[in-house]
Amino acid sequence: MNHPLRRVATVVLVMFLALMVSTTWIQFFRAETLDNDPRNVRTIYREYDNYRGPIVVAGDAVASSAPVDDPFGFQRSYTDGPLYAPVTGYFSVVNGTSEIESAENDYLSGEASSLWLDRLTGLVTGEQPQGASVELTIDPAAQQAAWDALGDQRGAVVAIEPATGRVLALVSKPSYDPNTLASHDSGEASAAFQELSNADGDPMSNRAIRGKTYPPGSTFKLVTSAAALESGDYTPETVIPAPDTIPYPQSSQSMQNFGGISCSPSGEMTLADALRISCNTAFADLGVTLGDDALRDQAEDFGFDDDGLTIPMRVTASHFPTNDTEESDEGGTLRAGIGQGAVRATPLQMAMVSAAIANDGVQMAPYTVETVRNPDLDVVRKTDPRRLRTSVSSSTAEDLTQMMLGVVQNGSGTSAQMPGVQVAGKTGTAENVPGEAPHAWFTSFAPADDPQVAVAVIVENGGSSGSEATGGAVAAPIAKAVMEAVLNG
Amino acid sequence: MTTVDTDERRPRRGAELGLLVLALAIGIGAYAVVGLQLTDALPEHFYLVGGAIAAFGLTAHVLLRVLAPYADQVMLPVVIALNGIGLAMIYRLDLGSQVTGGDQNLAPGQLQFTAISMVVAFVVIWLVRDHRLLRRYTYTAMVVGIVLVALPLVPGLGVNIHGAEIWINLFGYSLQPAEFAKIAFAIFFAGYLVTNRDTLALAGPKILGLQLPRLRDLGPIIIVWLVSLAILVFERDLGTSLLFFGLFVAMLYIATERVSWVVIGLLLFAVGAVAATVMFGHVEARVEVWLHPFDAEVYGRDPGGSGQLVGGLFGLANGGLFGTGWGAGYPRLVPFAQSDFIYASLGEELGLTGLLAILLAYLILVERGLRTAVAVRDGFGKLLAGGLAFVMAWQLFVVVGGITRIIPLTGLTMPFIAQGGSSLLANWIVVALLLRISDNARRPSSLPVRGQVAPGGVRAHEPVAVPGGGAVHAGAMPDDAPTAVGGRVGSVDGGGTDTGHGHATDQPTEVVARPSDDDQPGGAR
Repeated sequence: MNHPLRRVATVVLVMFLALMVSTTWIQFFRAETLDNDPRNVRTIYREYDNYRGPIVVAGDAVASSAPVDDPFGFQRSYTDGPLYAPVTGYFSVVNGTSEIESAENDYLSGEASSLWLDRLTGLVTGEQPQGASVELTIDPAAQQAAWDALGDQRGAVVAIEPATGRVLALVSKPSYDPNTLASHDSGEASAAFQELSNADGDPMSNRAIRGKTYPPGSTFKLVTSAAALESGDYTPETVIPAPDTIPYPQSSQSMQNFGGISCSPSGEMTLADALRISCNTAFADLGVTLGDDALRDQAEDFGFDDDGLTIPMRVTASHFPTNDTEESDEGGTLRAGIGQGAVRATPLQMAMVSAAIANDGVQMAPYTVETVRNPDLDVVRKTDPRRLRTSVSSSTAEDLTQMMLGVVQNGSGTSAQMPGVQVAGKTGTAENVPGEAPHAWFTSFAPADDPQVAVAVIVENGGSSGSEATGGAVAAPIAKAVMEAVLNG
Repeated sequence: MTTVDTDERRPRRGAELGLLVLALAIGIGAYAVVGLQLTDALPEHFYLVGGAIAAFGLTAHVLLRVLAPYADQVMLPVVIALNGIGLAMIYRLDLGSQVTGGDQNLAPGQLQFTAISMVVAFVVIWLVRDHRLLRRYTYTAMVVGIVLVALPLVPGLGVNIHGAEIWINLFGYSLQPAEFAKIAFAIFFAGYLVTNRDTLALAGPKILGLQLPRLRDLGPIIIVWLVSLAILVFERDLGTSLLFFGLFVAMLYIATERVSWVVIGLLLFAVGAVAATVMFGHVEARVEVWLHPFDAEVYGRDPGGSGQLVGGLFGLANGGLFGTGWGAGYPRLVPFAQSDFIYASLGEELGLTGLLAILLAYLILVERGLRTAVAVRDGFGKLLAGGLAFVMAWQLFVVVGGITRIIPLTGLTMPFIAQGGSSLLANWIVVALLLRISDNARRPSSLPVRGQVAPGGVRAHEPVAVPGGGAVHAGAMPDDAPTAVGGRVGSVDGGGTDTGHGHATDQPTEVVARPSDDDQPGGAR
C-alpha cells in the first residue's frame, strides 16, 4: 500500500499548493481590486483609523481627533465648527475631506514623507503615531468679528496681512458644522451631507475662495485706476470725462450712475474724485480709453485668471473676460471698467488687490498654514512669506492709497472710518442678475501708513438691506469690525 | 520519506523538545502580542495562562517519552503551534469586538477545551497501546460512526444552528458529532478495507482503460455514498458530506490502488451533488455564491448572500503580503470570524506570509502522518494512518478552498485553529492515533522477518502486545495473505510481511546494505 500512499502524499501536496496559490492570488494579485471595491468598508476604516493631528488656531485646536471605541478608532471633532468650517473643511468617513483637512491630509494623517522618523518610531514602539498638527494663520478675534458682523447675511469676509500674505480671517456664510459630517454612523453622515447639499443658501460652498465668484462691481475701479496710473498718462488729479450717461454700443440703452445721479455738473472730474464717489460713467469711459488689454494686464497683475493659486486650499481663479471680441465690442469693456459684465472675483481676490496696494504694490502669496509640527512639537514645515507678483509700482500704490483714503474720509465708504486710524477703502455695489438686489462689497486696509490688515467683504444681494443696500452702508461696517479686531488684538 | 534512517529508530525525543519550545514560544508570544496591541498590557493572567499552556505542552512531551517513546517528534510541536495560534486569534477576536458589537468571550472556553482535548488525547495514547487493537472494533466503529452522524436528526437532541443540522446539544454544550464520526469511519474503513481490499481490487471489466470493480463489490461504496448524501440532504451539510466521502475514496484507493475507485467515487459524488443542487435550494445558493460572489444581486441576498465570503476576501486582501499585524485588522467584520472564517481572520492580520507558514505547518503534519502510514508495518495501520492524515488535509482543503473560492463554501472548521470544542477534541484524538501508530512504526521490532533469520538473536525489546491473540508474527496478520494472488504481488504490497518482492521502490536500500541492522520486514517501507 506504500505506492498509493505516496500518490496520496503527492495529491495532498497538490491540494496544499492549490490553497497556497489561491491564497496568494487573493492576497497579492487581487488585493488591490478587492481593496478598491466600494463595498469594502475596511479600506475606509484603514484610511480613517488614524490618530489625525489637530488643526490649531492661536494655540487652540479647532479640529482634533480623540480615540473612540469603534472600528475607526478615532473621532474627529471641531470646536466652533461653523466658524472655522471654510478653513478646516470636514473629515468625513462617507464624504471624504475638504479644505485644510484635504489639502494638508498628508501631514495630518502622518503620511507625509518628512514624518518618516515618527512613523519609524511608531513601528518600533508599536504605538500609532499621531499625525502632525497644522497651525493656522487665522486670527481668532478677526475671524469671530467677521462672523459676528456678517450676522445672518449671506456672504464672505477675507482678511490678509498685506506684508506677508497671512490670511487672518476667512469666513463664509451660511456655514455648516463639520461635526455632523464627521459622524461615524454612515447613515447619519450621508443624511447630513444630503441635507447640507440641498440646504437653502448652499452652506458648504466656500464663498470666500471658491465656488461662486461675484461681479466685483465698483471695487474693480481700483484695478481700472491702477491701469490708468500705471499707463503713466494719468495722475489722481488728471481730469477725466464723467458724463451723465454713456450709451452702450449697438443698444438703445445707456449706462447711468448709481441712482441716476450726475457725477459732476461739468461732466468731468479728477480721477481721485471719480473713485471717491465711485462714478460709473467716468470709469466706464476710462476703461474704454485705456483699452481692454490694459485692463486685463492690470487685472492679471493683481492675480485675476491665476488658476494655480492655493492657500493651500485651491482657490477659484477670478476672471477678467475677453471683451474686445466682435460680439461684445466696447460694451464689454465699458462694463468691465466698472467691474460689471463678465468680470468675476472672489472675496479673496479683492482682499489681495487691497493688500497689494497696501504693500507698496507687491502682492504676497496668501496662505493659511503658518507651521506644521510633529507630535513632539518640532517644526516640520513653516510657510515663509513669498512675493507673488508686483501688481503696481510703489508710486501707483501710494497714489491709490491716497485715493482710497478719500473714499473713506468723505466718499462712498465713510462708514468704515475708525477713530485715530487712517482707513483706505473702496465700496462696491455690484449689479447682479436683473431683479435681484445688488451685492454689497467693501475692500480696505488700515492703517494706511503702516498697513496691518487688508479686508474684502461681500454681502450677497445686499443682505438684510436688500435692494437699498450699498457697499458703503452694508459691507463697510463689517470690514471696519474686522480691521478693528486685528488692530486692537 | 522513502528511506528511514536507522538513527531514527532511537527515540530522539530531544528534537521534539526543541521544536516544542519553539511552538510554545509562537503560541504564547502571539498571545502576549495580542494583549499588548489591543489593551497596551499583557493579557490578564498572562503568566498563569502562558505557564499552563507551557506546562501542558511539556507534560505532553514527557508523557510521550513514557507512553510512546518512538512516536513522531514533529507532530506534537506542530499541533501545539497551530493550537496556540488559534487560541491567540480567538482571544484577539474576543478583544476586538467593537465592529459587531457586544463582547464575546470564547478564548477561555477554547483554552479549556484544549486542556480537555490534550488529556483525552493522552488517555487515547495510553489506552490504545497498539493501534491494531482498534481493528477489533471495525464494525463497532461503523455503527458508532453512523449513530454519530444520525444524532443531530434525533428530535430533542439535534440543534439547527445557522441552517445546518449537524449539532447536538449535550449537557449544555453544542457538539458536532460528525467530527468524531470521521475517526470512527476511518477505523471502520481501515478494518473493512484491509480485509476486503483484495476482493475490491480484483479485476472486473476493463472499460476505457479503467479497471472497473465487479458490480457486487460496489455495495459498500454505495452505502457510504448514500450516507454522505443523507448528510447532505437531511442535515444540509455539504462539508461533512464531502469530508466522509473524500475520506472513503482516499482510503479505498490506498487499499486497492485502483484509480477506477477514485473515478467512480468522484462521479457518484458529482451525480449526488448535482442532484442535490437541483433539488435543494440551499446547495444551489452555495454554488451561486461560489461562482458569482461579487454580483450585486448575490451579494445583497439575505439570507444566503455572498456577504460572508466576500467579507472574508476583503479581509484577506486587507492583510496583503505581511498582514496588518495582530489586532490591527478588522476580522470581526466577517461573521464567524473565530470559527468558519478564522482563515480569513488570520490572513488579514498575519498576511500571506503568515498563512503560507500555517499551511506549511499543516502540510508537515499531514505528510508526517502519511510518512507514518508508509513506515508502519501492518495494513490496518497503514490504512488508518493514511486515512487520518488524509482526512486532516482534506478537511483543511475543503475549509480553505471554500474561503479562497477553489470550491463552494462549506461549514467545516480548520483543525486545531478554529474555535469549537468538538473539532479541537476530535483532531487531537486524530493526532493521538497518529502518534500511537508512528510509535509502532518506528519502534525497533524484535520480530524476525519472514524469509530471514533474525540476525544475532532477537533484540531485547518488549514484543508489541497485540490484541486478538498476539498473532503478530510474520505472516500471521490476515492482510498478509494475498501474496498468493498470482501475478498481483505488486499491488498488494501493504501487508507488513511482504516476501520482499513487492515494489522495488518500496525497498529501503539499507535493508540490503546492512541486513544485520534490519530487523524489520523488508517491504514495509
